Amino acid sequence: MRKLILFIISLLTWIFLDWPLLPLNFLIGVAASIFVVYVVGDLCLKTPGVWSQPQRYFYYIFLYLPTVVWEMTKANIDAAIHILHPDPAFKPGIVKVKTILKNEIALTALANSISYMPGMIVVDIDPENGFLYVHWNDVKHQEMTSATKVIVEKFEKILLKIFY
Amino acid sequence: MINSLGVFFIIIGLIFDVIGGIGLVRLPDVYSRLQAAFKCVTIGTSNILLGVLLIVGFNATGMKILVCAAFLIFTAPVAAHALLRAARRSGVPLTLQSVVDQYESEDVKTDE
Repeated sequence: MRKLILFIISLLTWIFLDWPLLPLNFLIGVAASIFVVYVVGDLCLKTPGVWSQPQRYFYYIFLYLPTVVWEMTKANIDAAIHILHPDPAFKPGIVKVKTILKNEIALTALANSISYMPGMIVVDIDPENGFLYVHWNDVKHQEMTSATKVIVEKFEKILLKIFY
Repeated sequence: MINSLGVFFIIIGLIFDVIGGIGLVRLPDVYSRLQAAFKCVTIGTSNILLGVLLIVGFNATGMKILVCAAFLIFTAPVAAHALLRAARRSGVPLTLQSVVDQYESEDVKTDE
């Protein structure tokens, strides 16, 4: 099951990289994907059952990706104003927030999404206790609960639907 | 029409890339500098790739551009995170205007 999903992912990557799809190229891609799955098949995809449920792809495409693109646009306009402003309001600091996600790939997606929010970037993760250390350019909340509400909650709700 | 739209996206991407370069010089410490560079350069390069995709269309080059943009967006935060974590662990100080640093006070893993 896990190896089949990994095989499909690597074959799709090959097809996109080698787009005008010729039969011989496709056969070489199948051979290369089988080799890749044979070598690293046991290392990836700790939760293979998640990948075979179609409603999760629906949430990913129509809920997660638009939210990330919207946050990216806001973050970049914010960063551009902050860089070009002659006297910017600037209160940087590293705050500690808590998340309830435990799954490795969900934590990675959460950290990447937080790095795309305005003025924030993830410095370190403590996966056992569920702590994230976020460098924030404009610290508004210093205690953990209120900072968690501002930083984590938005993407955590979406990722709970996708990865759990 | 679609050519001029592509040129428009390329110009927006170039502007964001230049702003990222300015931020690398203007901001005070490594954390905010890396943040400016990572954010502006990611969206700038994505905009340039989108403009080129609109100009060349969905042929062999266009597909490679899509794969490039996806890999850039998925891996750039990981690279920035790795650099920041290395900087914090090796003891690069925050700027003097900083208001809080909860990493240093509560995490025992950072001892020398």
